[in-house]
Amino acid sequence: MDVTTGWYLILGALLFIIGGVGLLIRRNPLVMLMCVELMLNGVNLSFVSFSNELGDIGGQTVVFFVLVVAAAEVVVGLGLIVAILRRRPGTTADDLSTLKG
Amino acid sequence: MLELVFLIPALPLLGFLILLLGGRKLGEPGAGWLATAMSAGSFGATVVVLIGLLGEDSHSGGRSFEQVLFDWLPAGSLQVEAGFLVDPLSVTMALFVTGVGTLIHLYSVGYMHGDAKFSKFFLYLNLFLFSMVMLVLGNNLVVTFLGWEGVGACSYFLISFWHTRDSAATAGKKAFVTNRVGDWGFMVATFLIWTTLGTVTYTEIAPLGTGIAATTGTAISLLLFVAAAGKSAQFPLYVWLPDAMEGPTPVSAMVHAATMVTSGVYLLVRMNPVLTNDALTVIAIVGAATALFAALSAVAQHDIKKVLAYSTISQLGYMFLAIGSGAYVAAIFHVITHAFFKALLFLGSGSVIHGMHDVQDMRKMGALRKLMPITAATFIVGWLAIAGVPPFSGFWSKDEILLAAWEKSPILWAVGLVTALLTAYYMSRQVFLVFFGKPQWVDAEGTETVHPHESPWTMTAPLVVLAGAAIVGGAINLPLVSDWLVLEHFLDPVFAHPHHFTSGTGTKVTLAVISVLAGLVGIAVAVMAWLLKRVPTDKLEPAFLENAMYVDSTMARVVSGPGTDSFEAAATFDKSVVDGGVNGLASITAKLGRIIQPAQSGYLRNYAVGVAAGALALVAWFITRVSL
Repeated sequence: MDVTTGWYLILGALLFIIGGVGLLIRRNPLVMLMCVELMLNGVNLSFVSFSNELGDIGGQTVVFFVLVVAAAEVVVGLGLIVAILRRRPGTTADDLSTLKG
Repeated sequence: MLELVFLIPALPLLGFLILLLGGRKLGEPGAGWLATAMSAGSFGATVVVLIGLLGEDSHSGGRSFEQVLFDWLPAGSLQVEAGFLVDPLSVTMALFVTGVGTLIHLYSVGYMHGDAKFSKFFLYLNLFLFSMVMLVLGNNLVVTFLGWEGVGACSYFLISFWHTRDSAATAGKKAFVTNRVGDWGFMVATFLIWTTLGTVTYTEIAPLGTGIAATTGTAISLLLFVAAAGKSAQFPLYVWLPDAMEGPTPVSAMVHAATMVTSGVYLLVRMNPVLTNDALTVIAIVGAATALFAALSAVAQHDIKKVLAYSTISQLGYMFLAIGSGAYVAAIFHVITHAFFKALLFLGSGSVIHGMHDVQDMRKMGALRKLMPITAATFIVGWLAIAGVPPFSGFWSKDEILLAAWEKSPILWAVGLVTALLTAYYMSRQVFLVFFGKPQWVDAEGTETVHPHESPWTMTAPLVVLAGAAIVGGAINLPLVSDWLVLEHFLDPVFAHPHHFTSGTGTKVTLAVISVLAGLVGIAVAVMAWLLKRVPTDKLEPAFLENAMYVDSTMARVVSGPGTDSFEAAATFDKSVVDGGVNGLASITAKLGRIIQPAQSGYLRNYAVGVAAGALALVAWFITRVSL
């Protein structure tokens, strides 16, 4: 059985959906951050697939940008989450709702 | 020597600052002597500057010197310097302002003796003198405006000097508010001049002034006249001056007779290149009307100072009549002689009030000439001068104005002549009531209710000096020989259109004789009525004239009735419509905000759903677009 581009695209979409659903239903901030990473990498995968299929290097270039931005995002996000959890262990995302209008 | 001009305002300013910081420590009489010394120094500096100016060549514009201290308002194309202009006009004004001012400072040392706020009084006087010389010496309209506002503020402080008295506080407020109307005219005129000519400096306005379009020129002239009418108490803005008599008498003499009220005359004379013929006619008519109106009002006053206040308004009307007739020299000449004899009369009345222990009603005086010989003698000199009896100074200046009015229009001349007659009459009435007749301060048993006495030398010395000036003051501009017209030859380079009388010698002499006769008739009527009691005097003081034809009270009724109502209506409109609009908009925004407030739940997943839904919607939109 050939592994065609379609498979990769389906896998990317699955990863994206898993990440999205996880982001919506989980309440642990750390897990939610991981879900965001899943979504990003699902998109990365489809970028690479299309790049390969169309023979266009642009898609892979974008992936590098996404990786760099994701790394920066993780640094900030993890720092925040660690700081919050250290102060109030066991905090869920729903507990952090002090910005309610 | 001209460089010393900055000393003229600097010395009174220094005096003001010293009194501000240490006035209370100096106390009485130190504060008074300090202020007098500063004023005298300022006068000395003016004399030095005058000598310097006389040393310059009188032709080819040599007698004009500007000293710029610093750039005051460097704002783009508007460049205003803080500087002085020394020319014949400004020096003439500064000379009598500081001269008469010094005498009045000296007089005040005696008059304010024992007052709780002795040093504060001299602080105000010095600040006033500083502002007044800034007004006169400023080299542009903005510096003049600085002095203009300064003298206005000082006038307010000094009128309400005894502010615990209700009437004094009210009079101060009235003067201030009425003057604001004039200040409005000054400001708008300055703006107009700047937009038209692009400059506010006098030496730059002078050559351009005659080239202004007629309509603009008339507008500027009339606005300047509004300013002058406010400061110089012309109809209908004169209402504050009679009330200003609530201030101490030296203030009435200096601020409200000799100097400040003439600043309107100075302003118009200074701006003479801009004045158009139409505006001059208006100025002449208003001036003549004011002169007659105020003279009629002065006829029936009982307060010794009120008579002089209306007399001042009347004489200021004369000066505006002169300006309106184009005879600027005559106006300035009358400003000077009037400063001498009116300051003398006011200081004399102050001496009487001082000697009578604060009695101001002339009906309670009489026969004071024996008890107050110096005051009486000097007051009589002032009376003869203002009545236009030759050879006293008032005759020469008044005669010149009447001649100018004759050449402008015989009607104006007739009004001026009637005013001259009335002036002679009411001043004679005052002199007879106060210094002659029977003493009214003795009751039926012959005991004295008050003990009149002559004033100390600090008060009588200025009287004697001013009396001397009132006698010989006319000598600065005698029309007998052309070479004797010293003031006219001195001032002429300042004017765009120097005024020359066209009448022949015969007309001149006839007019002079008629005006002298008018004065003598006025005096004769007063002698019959008030000295010999041949005429029932109660009919000579109708209530209509005593209340100054009810102009003031009518104005007060209009302002407090419909005026107050309209102000209230404006306030209500502001509160309901303007404030209501703004507040309504705010509350509508708040209500809308509360409706969409729940969207801001604070839960991260809700926001994530929002982002997802938005992304989906965008994708859906793109897909539909593409399929089309």
